[in-house]
Amino acid sequence: MIHLDRELEQLKKSTTAMWILVQSQIEKAYKALAANDKDLAREVIANEKRVNSMELKIDSDCEDLFALYSPVASDLRTVLATLKINTNLERIGDLAEGICKHILSEENAFDKELLKASDIQEMYDVVIEIMKDVLQAYIKEDTKLARTIFKKDEILNEINMLATKNITEYIGSDISKIEAGLNFLSIIRKLERVGDQITNIAEEIIFSHEAKVLKHL
Amino acid sequence: MVQKNKSVKELNPEYKLESRGLNLFYGQKQALKDVSIQMSANTVTAFIGPSGCGKSTFLRCFNRMNDLIEGVKIDGEVLIDNVDIYKNEIDVYEYRKKVGMVFQKPNPFPKSIFENVAFGLRINGEKSKSYIEDTVEYALKQAALWNEVKDSLHKSAIAISGGQQQRLCIARAIAVKPSILLMDEPASALDPLSTTKIEELIHTLKDNYTIVIVTHNMQQAARISDKTAYFYMGELIEYDLTEKIFTNPARIETENYITGRFG
Repeated sequence: MIHLDRELEQLKKSTTAMWILVQSQIEKAYKALAANDKDLAREVIANEKRVNSMELKIDSDCEDLFALYSPVASDLRTVLATLKINTNLERIGDLAEGICKHILSEENAFDKELLKASDIQEMYDVVIEIMKDVLQAYIKEDTKLARTIFKKDEILNEINMLATKNITEYIGSDISKIEAGLNFLSIIRKLERVGDQITNIAEEIIFSHEAKVLKHL
Repeated sequence: MVQKNKSVKELNPEYKLESRGLNLFYGQKQALKDVSIQMSANTVTAFIGPSGCGKSTFLRCFNRMNDLIEGVKIDGEVLIDNVDIYKNEIDVYEYRKKVGMVFQKPNPFPKSIFENVAFGLRINGEKSKSYIEDTVEYALKQAALWNEVKDSLHKSAIAISGGQQQRLCIARAIAVKPSILLMDEPASALDPLSTTKIEELIHTLKDNYTIVIVTHNMQQAARISDKTAYFYMGELIEYDLTEKIFTNPARIETENYITGRFG
């Protein structure tokens, strides 16, 4: 094992730790939403600072690796992919924080009927499942597993597409539901964006190990 | 700004240098095994590989320098401008004029700067004083040395710095108007500033010359060459665009070497 291997291993450990934190942020955001747990929502918002500092540390580690080791070939792709994965994870962290801000902006709990009408439970299940799968793909360097999430992301896209119609129907003629409906729609949009970020991460894992660029295909 | 992303073949379709099924033996020991390669005109090709892999031996095939070593046997073809330079009827001296060579250690003659550059012209029988003066100036300018030595052309070449001596050797090679420059680790004995000057010079010279460089410095190969050839134990393992070699080599042997996991 050369010294660079040890550095790359450490980088992977830091990225995995950040991943686990971000995943927990998303899970907590859902629990806060389902149970209208405003304290938990505040906890997620407070934790966002930790996500940000981890992002800065990983960025700085990648910068050091470029400067000190001049990585090439698969090593270069690993560091490049880590930089992008890092950015995507930080954005997922931002989205979890954003969801919690929407929860806090609602005085009362979101209507159960709204939760049901929007299929948000299914959306969350898919988001958490693909986050876990992609983390496994990252740890085990399993590009086959990384590829499985593209189809699952389509489920998120579909739910998101139907959300406007479903929420409009929910609001119906009751003007008092508009604010909650719009707030909820923003949460759905954010979850859909989480799916996009995870898809980006899966693409980076494939790039890192197979040198194939799947972006914009 | 990296501007090497066009394929070399696209830049220039003509092969300046080529080898076909080249084998070279030092006595019983085979130093090159069935090496076939094509290098386009006005490109920089880097030969990389561990010590003893045959890259310098292969470089020296292009000016028939190996002929001088006792017990060397060569078969296969080495072509310059589509002519096999190992054919019997070839005038070796004429062909060597097409090929300039720069070595690892700067080796100026113990003469003045001017006479070092003029040397090749004089032994080729050039008598015209003005032609020699013009050519010395041209070669020193090409080698990016003129501004530093124009006021001390008659100073001893031994007295200038190592980096300047190496550029002087490049000027000496250029003076006889070759079309090919072979460089065997030209910057490995130089400090980083002089190395940068040599690398910049190689970039500039590419417009007029076809350059082949042997280097142990991986980053140097990556910075200056259009194509890179990886040699191991006398075999050409992989030859491709430098960007490809350093981002996604096709062979695991190449990957292991360039990432430092060799052996």
